[in-house]
Amino acid sequence: MAEDTRAVVGQFVRGKMPKVELGDDQDFFELGFVNSLFAMELVMFVENRFGLRVPNDELRRENFRSVSAISDLVDRLSPAREPVPQEATA
Amino acid sequence: MRAVAATGADASRAAFRSFVDEVVIPRAGDFDLAGAVPPDVVAEVAARGYLGAVLPDGPLPLDMVGLGALHEEVGRGCSSLRSLLTVHSMVAFAVHRWGGDAARERWLGPLADGSALGAFCLTESGAGSDVTGLAATAEEDGRGGYVITGHKRWITFGQVADLLLVFARTGAGIGAFLVEAADPAVRRAPVRDVLGTRAGMLAEITLIGCRVGPEALVGGPGTGLNVITGALDVGRYSVAAGCVGIAQGCLEISAAHAATRRQGGALLKDHQLVRRMITRMAVDTEAARLLCLRAGRLKDEGDPGTLVATCAAKYFAAGVAARAASDAVQVHGAVGCVDGHPAARYYRDAKVMEIIEGSSQVHENLIAEDVCRTGGVPRSASPAVPLQGLPPDETTRWEIA
Repeated sequence: MAEDTRAVVGQFVRGKMPKVELGDDQDFFELGFVNSLFAMELVMFVENRFGLRVPNDELRRENFRSVSAISDLVDRLSPAREPVPQEATA
Repeated sequence: MRAVAATGADASRAAFRSFVDEVVIPRAGDFDLAGAVPPDVVAEVAARGYLGAVLPDGPLPLDMVGLGALHEEVGRGCSSLRSLLTVHSMVAFAVHRWGGDAARERWLGPLADGSALGAFCLTESGAGSDVTGLAATAEEDGRGGYVITGHKRWITFGQVADLLLVFARTGAGIGAFLVEAADPAVRRAPVRDVLGTRAGMLAEITLIGCRVGPEALVGGPGTGLNVITGALDVGRYSVAAGCVGIAQGCLEISAAHAATRRQGGALLKDHQLVRRMITRMAVDTEAARLLCLRAGRLKDEGDPGTLVATCAAKYFAAGVAARAASDAVQVHGAVGCVDGHPAARYYRDAKVMEIIEGSSQVHENLIAEDVCRTGGVPRSASPAVPLQGLPPDETTRWEIA
């Protein structure tokens, strides 16, 4: 499950910064690309892509700073979630 | 040329247009001269469900495309009245998205039916789109509540609003608080003789040790910046649509005037240079409408791309409105330069649109940052990420503390 989530998250984030060689653990807030709109985009993506609600106490920068962090958040918030279909990551 | 957004199965738009033609346009000049939208018009807007239309469970369930059509049509008639829809929608949206159970229970009904009017209290002398200079404070009172002190400026419909969404510094950052305008610790003074949206009933609002309970906090004590960003997205979408309305109004009065006014032995419409202005108005207006439509559709799909798309729509539409209004005055000549003439009002109102909800320069920064991050790759060339959507009864919370 974690690997599929990571692939989906990575596809979205890398699509938003295609000129950057972005590792899964790289903090993209530190790249200077994240303004208030992009931060909101990340939350919207997580909620609408994975059909879950990010509670207030999880809305912290450290949960959205990297592909890995976002993936961990998604898996933590949806432990019973079905695996992401493979075609969705293609 | 047929307007794209008017071709769909959107019967609501016809109703909005009819209301504006019959109720708003005949009196909009009087609103402007009097510096106020009269209570009977606000009451009719509320009765039609327009004030609560942004709420999913409101009296007029519209999707965001439909909401844009409503705000465009009202903007065609009167930007001041559209401004009421804007700020009220921003407050209602914030309460719905970030309010606690008590706040939602207390306020969503009155905000939906318009029995309580909302005002968005962010701007101060040293703070607006850039909130780093925010000086209002909210100190914990030791019982879970807060004591708010600050001075807010340029608060649209602040003269008559019942519920203020006030932003103030807390120990954790910036907080958003619901304050009843009738609280004796709230003072408000009207701001008159503004350039445009003169009937927007602007006020300066001063809070002097205003005590609120814990239920007044919207979001967390340090997540006000995210409430601001989310509410501004709604506000920008509304203003963008309203700008399309201004441009559409300019187009319609200009075409009508050009068809009847003779100059140099010919109707204005037969002068090539007038035709150029009218053509530019028509094409610009349609382009702006399409950008709004795109932003609205992305909102309805839950697509995160709506945030930047809304910025683009507001940025472009505000420029279009300003140019169309300038050309409308030019087409009308001296008669369009007189207070009480719609061309003059559109001209003054359009200038304000380039400033509110983030100036055009703020939008240039935001859009350029997005372009530089993505490399400017067209959105249609990016791989689509299928969206699952939120579960029923859940709400999007766009906050990162």
